[in-house]
Parts: sequence; C-alpha cells; structure tokens
Amino acid sequence: MARITPGQAYGFFTDTSVCIGCKACEVACKEWNELPGNEPVFGDGYDNTGSLDAQNWRHVQFIDNVPDETSGTGQGKAWLMMSDVCKHCQHASCMEVCPTGAIIRTEFDSVFIQPDVCNGCRNCIAACPYDVIAQDEHKGVAQKCTLCYDRLQGDMEPACAKACPTESIQFGPVEELQRAARQRVSDLHDQGVTEARLYGEDDSIYGGLNAFFLLMDEPEAYKLPNEQNAVLPRRNNVPGYLGTLGTAVLAVLGGLIALRRRREPTPATSSGTTPPDPEAGDE
Amino acid sequence: MTNHWRDIRHADLILVNGANPAEAHPVGFRWLMRAKLDRGAKIIHADPRFTRTSAVADTHLRIRTGTDVAYFGGLINYVLENDLYHKEYVEFATNAGLVIKDNYQFQDGMFNGFDEATGAYDPTAWTYETDDEGNAEVDIDHPRSVLNLMREHYSRYTPEMVERITGIPQGQFLEVAKLVGETGRPEKVMTIVYAVGLTHHTTGVQLIRSGAVLQLLLGNMGRPGGGMNAERGHANIQGNTDHAISWDILPGYLRIPAPGQRNLDDYVKQSASKKLRPNAVNFFGENYRKFMVSLLKSWYGDAATKDNEFAFDRLPKPAANASWISIFDQALQGRMEGLILSGMTATSIGPDSNQVLEALSRLKWLCVMDPFRTTSSEFWNAPGMNPAKVQTEVFMLPATHWIEKDGSFTNSGRWVQWKDQVLPPEGEARHDHWILAELFLRVRELYEAQGGRYPDPVRELTMPYKDPRKPQLDEIAREINGSSLRTGKRLETFAALADDGTTAAGDWIYTGHYPESGNLAKRREGVQDPEKNDPTGMGFYPNWAWSWPANRRVLYNRASADPQGRPWDPKRPGISWDAAARAWVGDVPDYPPDAAPGADAPLPFIMTGEGLGRLFSNGVADGPFPEHYEPIESPVRNPLHPEVSATPAAFLYDKKAGRPNRFGTSADYPYVATSYRLTEHEHYVTQNVEHLVQLQPEAFVEVPTELAREKGIETGDRVRVSSKRGKLEVRAVVTRRLGPLQVDGKKIYQIGIPIHWGFVGINTGQHWLANALTPFVGDASSRTPEFKAFLVDIEKM
Repeated sequence: MARITPGQAYGFFTDTSVCIGCKACEVACKEWNELPGNEPVFGDGYDNTGSLDAQNWRHVQFIDNVPDETSGTGQGKAWLMMSDVCKHCQHASCMEVCPTGAIIRTEFDSVFIQPDVCNGCRNCIAACPYDVIAQDEHKGVAQKCTLCYDRLQGDMEPACAKACPTESIQFGPVEELQRAARQRVSDLHDQGVTEARLYGEDDSIYGGLNAFFLLMDEPEAYKLPNEQNAVLPRRNNVPGYLGTLGTAVLAVLGGLIALRRRREPTPATSSGTTPPDPEAGDE
Repeated sequence: MTNHWRDIRHADLILVNGANPAEAHPVGFRWLMRAKLDRGAKIIHADPRFTRTSAVADTHLRIRTGTDVAYFGGLINYVLENDLYHKEYVEFATNAGLVIKDNYQFQDGMFNGFDEATGAYDPTAWTYETDDEGNAEVDIDHPRSVLNLMREHYSRYTPEMVERITGIPQGQFLEVAKLVGETGRPEKVMTIVYAVGLTHHTTGVQLIRSGAVLQLLLGNMGRPGGGMNAERGHANIQGNTDHAISWDILPGYLRIPAPGQRNLDDYVKQSASKKLRPNAVNFFGENYRKFMVSLLKSWYGDAATKDNEFAFDRLPKPAANASWISIFDQALQGRMEGLILSGMTATSIGPDSNQVLEALSRLKWLCVMDPFRTTSSEFWNAPGMNPAKVQTEVFMLPATHWIEKDGSFTNSGRWVQWKDQVLPPEGEARHDHWILAELFLRVRELYEAQGGRYPDPVRELTMPYKDPRKPQLDEIAREINGSSLRTGKRLETFAALADDGTTAAGDWIYTGHYPESGNLAKRREGVQDPEKNDPTGMGFYPNWAWSWPANRRVLYNRASADPQGRPWDPKRPGISWDAAARAWVGDVPDYPPDAAPGADAPLPFIMTGEGLGRLFSNGVADGPFPEHYEPIESPVRNPLHPEVSATPAAFLYDKKAGRPNRFGTSADYPYVATSYRLTEHEHYVTQNVEHLVQLQPEAFVEVPTELAREKGIETGDRVRVSSKRGKLEVRAVVTRRLGPLQVDGKKIYQIGIPIHWGFVGINTGQHWLANALTPFVGDASSRTPEFKAFLVDIEKM
C-alpha cells in the first residue's frame, strides 16, 4: 500500500463472507493497544467476549443459522461471523454530544477520543447507536477503537487488519475500499450468493461509515440499525430529523405503555433472580 | 505436505477431511480462501461438525467420525466405474499395470497373510509377480493387475454403502463425486487437505492412504494445486518427524535397526526398497547405505570405521515397540523407573489419561523440562488423585520457551525457516538441548569412571561443539547438513554423500540447507519482489528459506508433466522438459535433472522401487488397499463385513498386557464422541496466556440440539460425559452444528469434545482432562491412538 497520508480518509472494509471467526483481530488489538481485557467469562462457547466495550475494540459476532441437515452450504451464510468495530461514522453522534471536545476527527478522517481531554461524562456512550464506546473502569475515560491512530502516524496499518489471515478486515483509503467492496459484492452475486450486501459504504448510514461491512444477512441480524433508522437528528437532515422525531414520539408512547404494564407484577420480574437467557442478545 | 501452503491457491477443488484449517491453521487457511476468491475453487468439508471451516466452505458434508475410508473408497469406486480417472497419468506414473501374485486375497474383511497368534499381517504376503531378474510383471489387462484388483475391491463402495457407513446421503455424496470426478481431466486439479482427524484412528494410516490413492487415480499427485497435504499440528512437528521423533525411524526416515541385523549389509537389505523395474531409479533404496553411513559418521566420528561397520553395533536394535502408548504401557507394567518429558505434557496428550496418571504414579521419578508448570509436573494433584499416595519424585527443570532461543521451524510444507531469539531466557531457564547435553556429559563421565556393561555407544558419541555443555543451534544445523571429511567443507547436496566414511550428515534430507555459502533457512526473498523472487510465477519462491529435499517445493513433481515432459496443464506447470537446454525447468525436479523424456526414460516416482506411485502397497501393516473398519468403539457393526468389524491389526494394549478390558459398548455408551482443538488455544500451553484464556475460558462439550432436548440440556448447563475409562464434568454448548446421522438404519448422535483444559493455568478451576475419555489403543502401522472416535454417555448434572 502506498504511504498512509494525512488529509486522506482511511477506514476498514470488513468482508464478513470470508471471516473465519479466529479472533486474531481481537487479540492483536488488545496487544497493540495494551488493553488487559475483561475477566474471563463463559458466554456461549464461541463468543465469550460478548460485546464491544472499553477493553474490546474488535468483537467477533457469531450468528448460528446452521440448518439441521447433513449437508449444508457454508459460503459464509449459515454460521455468520462478523468482526465488529467502531464505524467511524461521518455523522458521528459521539462527537456531536461530547461536551469537552475530547472526540475529534483526525487527519485520517477517523473518530478519536483524546483520553487526556475526556472527562468521563458518558454522553458519548449513550449517544453511540452501535454501543461501541464504554468507560474504562480504572482510567475513568471513554474508550473505543482509535483506528490505531498511533500506527497510522507511523505509516502502519491497524493491528487488526495486519493480523487478519483471510483479508476479511481490509484497511485502506475509504474510496479504494469502496471500489473493492462494490466489486466483491458484484462477484458474489455473480456466484449466486445473493445474500451479500454492503452496509455503510455509501452515505445512507449515518452519512457514510469509514468502517463499513459486507454482510450476509439483513443488518438487523447483526444488531445493526437499518437504513431507515441509521440517521441522526440534524437540522440539515430534514427527513432524518422528522424520522427521528417520529421514532421519538413512538418511543415515548411505547415507554408509557410499558410503564402501565410494569404496574402489573409478574412472577418472573418479582423474584428478581431470573438468570439471563443465553439465547438472548447481548446488550 | 507433498505440496506447500501457498500452493493450495492453485487448486480447482479442495477436499478437507479430518481437518479444520480455519480454526487450527487460520494463517495457512488464507491460501484456501485465495483459491476460492481468485479462481472460484470449491471447498468441500467432510466433517462430523459444522465448523468455522464449514462456515466458508462451499459444501459441508456431515460424516460419521472415522469413516473417511468409506468416503474416499466411494469416490475411488465412482471414478473407476464412470471411467473418470486420468488414464494417461495412471499408466505412466502408478503401479496400476503391475500384476499381483495369486496368493493375494481379500475375503470377509480379511486380507491374506494374517497371523492369528501375533494379531498381525505379514506385509510380504502382498507382492508383485516378478520375473527371474526380480522385475515386476506389467500387464494392465491382467485379471490380477493392480487396477483390476482395485476395481473389484472398491466395487463394494457404492453410493448406497457410502451412505450406510458414513451417514452422508447418496444424493449429496454424488454431487461431490461429480466435482471430484471432473478433476481427472488434465486441465483440472484437486488437492486434499487433512490433519489428525484422519491420523487419530486405529485405521489412521489407511484413512490417509485412501486419499492418496484417489489422488493418484485422478492424476493429481505431483502437480501444483494437487497432492495429499498434511497440516501439521505445531510450528515444528514436521521438523520433529524429519529428525526422528518417532521411535521407529532414524533421522531422514531411515529405519531403526532391528534385532538380528548383525551388520550394515543386513540392515540395508532389510530396510531399503528393492529395484522392481529396469528403469526405476529407486533413489532411496540405492543410496540407503550412503545416508546411513554418513549418519553414523556424524554420530560416532573417528570411532566409526570401515572395519567396525561404521559403529553400526553401537545403535540400539529395539525388540519391542517404543511408541507413545507403549511408554505408558511399560510404566503400567512396572518396567520403567523414570521418564523425562520435554516440550509436551504427557498427562494431557495421551489417551486414557486416568491410566496415564496411574502409569506416572508407578514411576520412581519424573523429570519435566518446560517453561511452565504443566499437567505432568503437577500430575499428582490432578482431580481425583490423592497426592499422599503418589510416591513418584517429580523434578521440574525450567526450560526456555521457543521465543527465547533461535533455531529453525520446519513447517507443514517442509520449509526450514530459521528464526531469531526474541527474548533472553528468564531466571534459571536453560535450553532443552543444553539440559540434555549436560545430562549426556554427566552420564558419560559415569561410564568413563565406572565402565559399565557396554560403554562404547555413549563414550564414543561425538559432541563436536565449541562448548559441549552449551551447543549452539547454529552448530547443530551445520552438523545436520553434513560435510566432506576430506575437505572439511559443508556439502551442497545429499548426492555427494558416500558410504566409504568420507562424508558425515546428521540428516540427509537436510543436506544442502547450510552449505559453505551460509544458512539458507535464513533466506527471505519473498513477496516484496515477486517478479525477481518467483521467476516461474508459480509461487515456489526458491530463495525463501529452504525446502527439503533439495529445495524442492512440490514432491513427485515429475508427475506434473506428461511422458513427453509437457505440463498436464500449461497454466500450472510444475516442471517441464526444455529440449533446447536438455534440462528440466521450473521447480527443482524430483527426477534426474537432465534425463530426457522417452521410452527408456527413468520412471517418474524416483523414490520407490517400482518407480511408480503405489495404488497397492505393502508398506503398511494392515492391508495393501485401504479398507473401511469401524473404530474400536463403534455404535454399529461394519456393514461391509460385520464379523470383522474393527481392524484385526489394531494394537490392543490392555488385552496384550492382561489388564481388564477398558472398551465400552453402545449399550452403555450410546453416543459417538470426537475430540478436537479450538482456534483460541494451542493445545495446553496457552492456558498461560491471559488474552486467550479470556477468549476461551472454560471447558465445554458440544451437544446436538435434538439430543440436548431429549436430555433437557441447555447451553451453559453442567453435564457429565463419561466413557468406560473416565468422565468430564463441564459445560454444554447446544448446537445444530452437530446433528444426528442415519447410519445403517440407526440414528447416531455425535458429541464434540474440545481438548484444551486441565488443572494448570490462569483460570485454575479444577477442569477435567478430555483424554480421560479416549481409548488406549493404537493404529496397526503407526500405533497412533484413537482420539477421534469413541463412545460416551452424557447426562445433565
């Protein structure tokens, strides 16, 4: 790759159709960024990381749709694996809500939290639509993927992309990645893999994601907001604004209904010791 | 591997059997993905489980564990029945046309030559018809030609039979068979990738051979993008094998001498292959003595002379098998005093770990050389053990980790790659080879002081290092390469080795990796400049490290070209004959470099006595053609021959030693189990790595959804899995990735058992050893344990 040059937009193209769920990205990220990681917890056998948080800036999701048959097609669509990461949104809500100016857009067009400016207010954590950010319990600051800002400054690609053995995680100038991604999705369609689709490579998702994806199912299957929902309330974004307003109204109504229901106690909630359902999504 | 990792990208079709490369070899797996992405190759994964490899494969076939001979046999039958084999290749490069002696027989599951008393076959009962000069008769139309015997043998492996044995429905099998059959055409090529999922069975050697036979029939052996490719389980397992980690070989795959061999003549006569065709090169057989004498000169130096048969009588000639299970069998029988473990943990890696723990308890002492505490150094503290009752004295010697030393790794593709020391050793840690050198020198001092019954083998052994107590790996690499004892110069090729005592080489297949010009394993002329570094464009990168033998990248590559020397597929040449230059060009030829094609040309497989690839072989202990046998513990009788269900040649240690039977039946243990690794751990050592323990913190077993429903088991529940030998109490992961199979009319469930946990490491809960479940039984040829197929029961705790 040509030299990594300030002034140009860089990002990730994560092609989930070739992800093998090896988690080299998770480990490489922790090693480079000196993240000690969380206490070991048994999740479901394959995903024991659970979610993106202050210690996990890459997280491989496993979505098991394997049919109960003796023969199946893999092709990346039966057991979905997706290395999730901060999307480095063009319309970055975290940046919008940060009161101290700790969150900046860097010379590589990435979204970066300056740890020495962050005051730990948690606004960004609530604002991020992807649940990417979390507070480091020891340092008291918000943390997430930096697109390996320090490596980019030294002309090195991010650790996760460097470690990925199948080129599921590709790093480069966003425009080049977009071209490669469109080619890849077209090749897959030619091969009859019609499930393949891009997510965030154009401006339909939060104005465009610098870290975008090739997915093998609907975005919702990966707990990603779809095109209709992935817009920020902005004055210069009238449809989005109205859409969000509508969503907000519905949410308030929903909340009121939920409150009414909560007044009628059920055995499950009154006991207060219901174990978490292992099948349920990890919020 | 016959080929190498990068070469897999040349394949049109990739069969993955007994392997899970996406999880166990994620970095090498990139080449399978390149084949898929760049050339639209198809990946067919036949595995009991839908794994992370299946997730990106084109087709996953759920196969009952241990039945791959039936699968490959079915493919062989399909290829023969439909005339899809590569005829020109088969006639040119295989022993299809050779005629077998009329005593050959296969009936009701038994080959001829079986001795009931010893429970073993005599492989010399399977031989060719020969003329007076010892040349094998050739007549492909003869009723007893290898091809015709093979047709008969595999005619039983119909798609119906494949389904009955493996559980793969006929329709799905035939779809795959069609793709496989297409690769019999010269412009197509298929590779087979396998790992210990084929090896770890009582039929392990035959499981692998059945794939190799299929590859020979389709003309895929020796070609770029083809071959039979073993993925090795550690960074340097290939190097271990090359340098004789197995008890029955010396370095460079020379046989261990046997009792009764009084001199080199006896040894060579009984060990080297004989020339069976007039134009066979029989390179290995013809040069056996040179390699052996050079090895003896390397070990015994001036003490090895022509007059004393080059110290041949200094070598041990073991009368008994000394393979892995045999060691613990001997300890159980009270015949061993002590044991030194280096570079692995016996408690975790052997079958039937409760019996292994018992064996270790019967030792007087155990010495563990390791960078970390292991389940062996702490064996007395295993769950269920009473430390007060263990009298074994345990010595823990801190050894360096590989990151704390230099040296070479030989990868699956036979590349010898030198690495540097990254960190200095910690504390009092010493290199394993320094510990062994120190031990050796002290033992030698004792022999010198006290004499002893036969001190020469120890007293005369050379230690030609600057500091014999601290040999440098660079010195050892030079010694392995070998040199001329006349000039003192290191040799460039094993062709220069002699049998008159004028050369020495520690491992002839490595001769040439460290010539006078320097250590070629350090070379790194790679993808930074493909045009310069990969002149053929085939990815051989001849100046990247060094590949044994002779820096050859694809073995048997003479078979990549037709009899006239033209590549079968000009787009994917291995080697080709350049008539103008009168030389083979491309890869380093596996052939005399200037032997022109023609009727009298040397035969293509230069290492065998026949000069041909062996569809029929007497180099294995349990039959000249691979035959399906059930695992020792199986839920069904063998549908092919119910009376001889499992292989009659498997080695039953407990029975032979008079210990009680430790095999279960499906009445008590109704489910089939198989053991395996996960991508997040490397065997047991990564229980010391924080980030990997976080990724995979706790032992579990995988249970099919339907069975789990019957048993009321949910993901995260604790379950007890038991076999006749032991039990695990671990968490359950309920999944459809393992499902039921219909085998011979019976519904079979398979349970998956990852192996990585024990009772030592960061997450120090008292975990159980997966091998508590596995049976103490070995393959007939290799004595490899049957880790991959056994019977268990499961219950919710």
